[in-house]
Amino acid sequence: MITLRLILAALAFAAAASVSAVEYNQFLADKSTLSFVSRQMGVAIDGRFRKFVATLAFDPARPTAARARLDLDLASIDAGSQDADDEVVGKPWFNLKAFPTASFVSSAIRPLGGDKFELAGKLTIKGKTQEISAPFTFRQDGSNAAFDGAFTLKRLDFGVGDGVWSDVSTVANEVQIKFHIVAAPVAARK
Amino acid sequence: MPDTRYTLTAIVLHWLMALLLVGLFTVGLYMSDLPLSPQKLKIYSWHKWAGVTAFTLVLIRLTWRIGHRPPALPAMPGWQKAAAHGMHHLLYLLMIIIPLSGWLMSSAKGFQTVYFGVLPLPDLVHKNKELGDLLKTVHASLNYGLAALVVAHFGAALKHHLLDRDDVLSRMLPFLAGSR
Ligand code: HEM
Repeated sequence: MITLRLILAALAFAAAASVSAVEYNQFLADKSTLSFVSRQMGVAIDGRFRKFVATLAFDPARPTAARARLDLDLASIDAGSQDADDEVVGKPWFNLKAFPTASFVSSAIRPLGGDKFELAGKLTIKGKTQEISAPFTFRQDGSNAAFDGAFTLKRLDFGVGDGVWSDVSTVANEVQIKFHIVAAPVAARK
Repeated sequence: MPDTRYTLTAIVLHWLMALLLVGLFTVGLYMSDLPLSPQKLKIYSWHKWAGVTAFTLVLIRLTWRIGHRPPALPAMPGWQKAAAHGMHHLLYLLMIIIPLSGWLMSSAKGFQTVYFGVLPLPDLVHKNKELGDLLKTVHASLNYGLAALVVAHFGAALKHHLLDRDDVLSRMLPFLAGSR
């Protein structure tokens, strides 16, 4: 009980102390994109996910208190060609039947100065979880907030593309993920 | 005495390209029906690199050709001369537009061509599925056209050699120089 009281008190204090008190927490799917760049025989191939949901709460005045979660529907992939889209469904790649979604859950957000921040958290793909971190920028976009960031993951850390595809000289191990998340503020606290 | 033979450069380019084109054609047919695999991606890349090589070679060959007229044809009916010239023009045209169509197709399909993984060729068209599918048909059809012409070209050369017994074939051969 003591701890609960402490937390409540801390929250109340934090809420009172926050000056800007604008929390962006309404994910705008239509304005957001989640794309990636893979490399095939040394050639960059652009891809993206069409369906994903971000659950977030970000107050620029209190970035360290921010949270973010991302759930994506792996079947909504556009891997660059029909051949590739059909291929990644299968067991060696995402094994969609067993693992239809991937998720990211933030553990910490750290200001890097100016409009730059660093996001750390756990990324789960194909039942395997890895710690990742990604720098991102926060930008006011009208009344909304736009968060842009990128990081590189190693697909084999998640067992994505195993078997014959684990030959990284054909499809590179590194995949760059780029996110552009737009969120609207909701009822600013005073 | 006027030259009765092609220059060694022309002969080397002719046979090098013949080998390369037959190889490209065979590999092209084989690879497009393969199920997706790392092997397929590798073969596609090699096909593209070899195709760009063929394109470079044909440009060199044309430059050489402009500076070095081939020896005059032996006596034959006018229509045969016209057919031979028409055929050679068509062959050059196809040797240029086939690799071009492959390059454009790759761009339209969203796979840039990076020569031997080092030298990126610019994407002259944007990614566009319909255009990519269309260019694939164009690339394939032009190739069937080229194959038909090559068969006729080869047949004509043999006819000259075996029936007319003139030097039309031997003057393009690196050996048999003085045989006829
Ligand atoms: C003179 C040179 C070339 C020849 C003789 C050649 C020949 C062929 C042939 C016969 C095919 C199979 C067509 C079919 O029946 O579907 C093919 C497919 C293909 N070629 Fe070429 N090609 C040449 C140059 C190129 C170049 C320069 C590129 C790209 C930079 C290229 C890219 C492709 C691709 C991507 C396919 C597969 C199409 C698909 O299945 O999606 N080719 N080629």
